[in-house]
Amino acid sequence: MDIFLQQLINGLTLGSIYALVALGYTMVYGILGLINFAHGEVVMIGALSSLTVIQSLAGSGLPGPLVVLIGLVAAAMVCMLLGFAIERIAYRPLRNAPRLAPLITAIGVSIVLQQLAMLTWGRSYHSVPALLPSDTHEIFGASFTEVQVIIVVVAALTMAGLILLVNRTRLGRAMRATAENPGIAGLMGVDANRIISLTFVIGSALAALAGVLVSANYGIAHYNMGFILGLKAFTAAVLGGIGNLAGAMVGGVLLGIIEALGAGYIGDLTGGVLGSNYQDVFAFFVLIVVLIFRPSGLMGEKVAERA
Amino acid sequence: MPRKPWLGVTLVAVALVLAPIVVGASLGNAWVRVLDFAALYVMLALGLNIVVGFAGLLDLGYIAFYAVGAYLYALLASPHLGLHWPVWAVLPLGALVAGVFGVLLGAPTLRLRGDYLAIVTLGFGEIIRIFLNNLNAPINITNGPKGIARIDPITLFGHPLSKPIDFLGITFSGVMLYYYLFVVLALGIVFVGIRLQDSRIGRAWVAIREDEVAAKACGINTRNIKLLAFAMGASFGGISGGLFAGFQEFVSPESFGLLESVMVLCMVVLGGMGHIPGVILGGVLLSILPEAFRHGAAPLQHALFGKVVLDPEALRMLLFGLALIAVMLYRPAGLWPEPRHRRELAK
Repeated sequence: MDIFLQQLINGLTLGSIYALVALGYTMVYGILGLINFAHGEVVMIGALSSLTVIQSLAGSGLPGPLVVLIGLVAAAMVCMLLGFAIERIAYRPLRNAPRLAPLITAIGVSIVLQQLAMLTWGRSYHSVPALLPSDTHEIFGASFTEVQVIIVVVAALTMAGLILLVNRTRLGRAMRATAENPGIAGLMGVDANRIISLTFVIGSALAALAGVLVSANYGIAHYNMGFILGLKAFTAAVLGGIGNLAGAMVGGVLLGIIEALGAGYIGDLTGGVLGSNYQDVFAFFVLIVVLIFRPSGLMGEKVAERA
Repeated sequence: MPRKPWLGVTLVAVALVLAPIVVGASLGNAWVRVLDFAALYVMLALGLNIVVGFAGLLDLGYIAFYAVGAYLYALLASPHLGLHWPVWAVLPLGALVAGVFGVLLGAPTLRLRGDYLAIVTLGFGEIIRIFLNNLNAPINITNGPKGIARIDPITLFGHPLSKPIDFLGITFSGVMLYYYLFVVLALGIVFVGIRLQDSRIGRAWVAIREDEVAAKACGINTRNIKLLAFAMGASFGGISGGLFAGFQEFVSPESFGLLESVMVLCMVVLGGMGHIPGVILGGVLLSILPEAFRHGAAPLQHALFGKVVLDPEALRMLLFGLALIAVMLYRPAGLWPEPRHRRELAK
């Protein structure tokens, strides 16, 4: 039982990070119908650029959480700029091209970002200084750290903020209108290009936050960390129903929990044949199962096949 | 069609025969090896072209079939399990098993389109790699990350191709012999590809690619035809994988990462999807240029700046990524697209 609770806590932490990244995928998909393959790399750039700022401020005597906050703001700036540039350079010119074209430029962008990150930060794993409070507490025999609490709370607050933004503000209404039909939204006075740019910028800011949180969770950052994280977050978005904000959140948390429980129990379930080194298989397995049995996801609407 | 097709064919044939001899004499055997890999990649690209180019199913996990073929060869012809099957048995079996894997992947994903299919195939590729990496316990099947070594070289007519032969006063080294084998097989795959393209099946694939609903309405059994595309593409991948294992005499999960899948996809896309000469061009270019770059980048940087400023490997990948973006932006149909496509785009 304590393993169950322990893995539930770990899964919830990981899942909130997945959810933040999944939001980026789902927002872009909702508006453009495009999988922004490079999104995972944006998370990685966010993690590494915040790390650079944090490392340079670590000895300055400022309180730890403030340093992390400054790192986060810097990373968000970098990522927002990056998200804006990616959309302008790699996606906008191809908006009316066959669907394969933007997918391939996205792969190109993610290779470029990865290599640039490698040239900038090197091949090694960077350890992230533990500046956030990290005391361990116990509950019913399972332990959790304060970092984990911070991750879950920050992610939840951010997502609540995003929902408010999308549902209650003028900008959010414009975003929903553009997602519904860019042409008609344009007739109503919505500048679709501006809204699309803003969607990328907001998604990238969430990615920066996710990058900072994930490196705080694991304590390491690496130029190669974005790809698999992005893939899992995409899985989460599909699981929840891609294009659906609430779905991305539910999907993220659910995937985190499935993964953690799977890794915790697979050894027992298979009599030791498969071990926790198969953790990464779960995400893909879930993805395949969801796409086969419920392609519209848990909370997605069923869309008719367009000819 | 050129007016004298035989002239062109003869020139190409002579060039293909002489290439390894000239390259071997002028640049050394390392470059003949590059040619070997070019031929292997052309085979892979032609296989993927069936799935992506003809049938329009975006497969990002294609390298998994290559891995299946390679590991099958490694298991059946190496001291690892103590089996030493002849290549004649292993290669067809590799094609068959890879084809079955193709159907296994295809069957549940048939309803998915475009990007969804891409992601699922990507996941499938990763699953295969993770299994290859971890199937050394509790029973050691794949030997895990260490890979399988001392695989038997491909032996034809009692002669292992890794050993040189003297013929007409020229010493044909192992890599040259492999080159000839690979080129012959690649030509075979080209032939099959061309015949398929013009066949009923090939036209059905193109119909599905252009409009699946309309294809269905025309009486095409889209399910079976799509499965066939998966199976055929996969079996070509399986054959190439077997050849790779025999040629390298070593396989490890590292050779079958996502980047390899992306690389093969890029060969197809950059060359010109669905257009066999274009795909061959893409395969040759993308397997030779990066090698040339790898050898040329460090000396060039020395000459320009006096030291190596940027890691050549990273630089190579960086340019590769940029090339992908640039080609999609400026030549979305590829370097040498199918004429029919070009007309559509010119409208």
